[in-house]
Amino acid sequence: MVPLWMYLAVAAAMFCIGVYGVLARRNAVAILMSVELMLSAVNINLVAFWRYITPENMSGQAFAAFVFVIAAAEAAVGLAIVISIYRSRRSVIVEDVNVLKG
Amino acid sequence: MLELNPQSIAFFILSILTLGGAVGVVTSRNLIHGAVYLIISLFGGAGLFVLLSAPFLAAVQVLVYIGAIAILIIFAVMLTRSMTAMREVFNRQWWSSALVAVLLFALVIGGIVLPLWGPNGVAESQPVSDMVATTVDLGVALVDGDQYVLPFEVASLLLTAAMIGAIVIAREDD
Repeated sequence: MVPLWMYLAVAAAMFCIGVYGVLARRNAVAILMSVELMLSAVNINLVAFWRYITPENMSGQAFAAFVFVIAAAEAAVGLAIVISIYRSRRSVIVEDVNVLKG
Repeated sequence: MLELNPQSIAFFILSILTLGGAVGVVTSRNLIHGAVYLIISLFGGAGLFVLLSAPFLAAVQVLVYIGAIAILIIFAVMLTRSMTAMREVFNRQWWSSALVAVLLFALVIGGIVLPLWGPNGVAESQPVSDMVATTVDLGVALVDGDQYVLPFEVASLLLTAAMIGAIVIAREDD
């Protein structure tokens, strides 16, 4: 098979692209998409470690399944918040949402 | 170092899909294009799950991520339509963000690659066995009292709470 480190390298690159998106994008929906990228990269890591190190034990796949649940919940609540903010402020630019800024 | 068999060719094609889609998500000006790139990237991830002999997770990735989350994101983009084509995609700290991302990647890739030159690095980069647990084992593990039944129920509760919360937050006050 393809050596383990290649899967880890792909997942690391995907995670860092997601980090850049979260830090640098201005649109809240784009930030949520970048968070989804990061969660998906984590899942690739979990499944790769499961396949290469403990393939007879289900912990890796079970963890990946829970990450799916968290991703779905996060997307639903995050997009609801974005829509709610857009309704009250007519903007989805995160810099315009600074009520809590000290 | 790496022989060219169908599996490694598939791995490279799927990696290029995954990473290219990810770059498209982060850089695309039009968010609808970004959502399409996200679908491409997640599809590549599902292919990687198939290569890692986790077909159930690949199916869940297609159903949940592509079928539900990506469509939800497209809906959100449409509901916030006037903002899809703004002049500046990135904020003012984009260069320090890029620096942070590149440094993080260098750190992680160092942690991944450097052990390969250790005493048994190359041997450890292959699977310990070809006996792979199946989808049936995953299903049993998720409802087995000794394994993951409690996290499974908590996850169900979390999904219900998130669904109710999303409805309450997004509902129009009148």
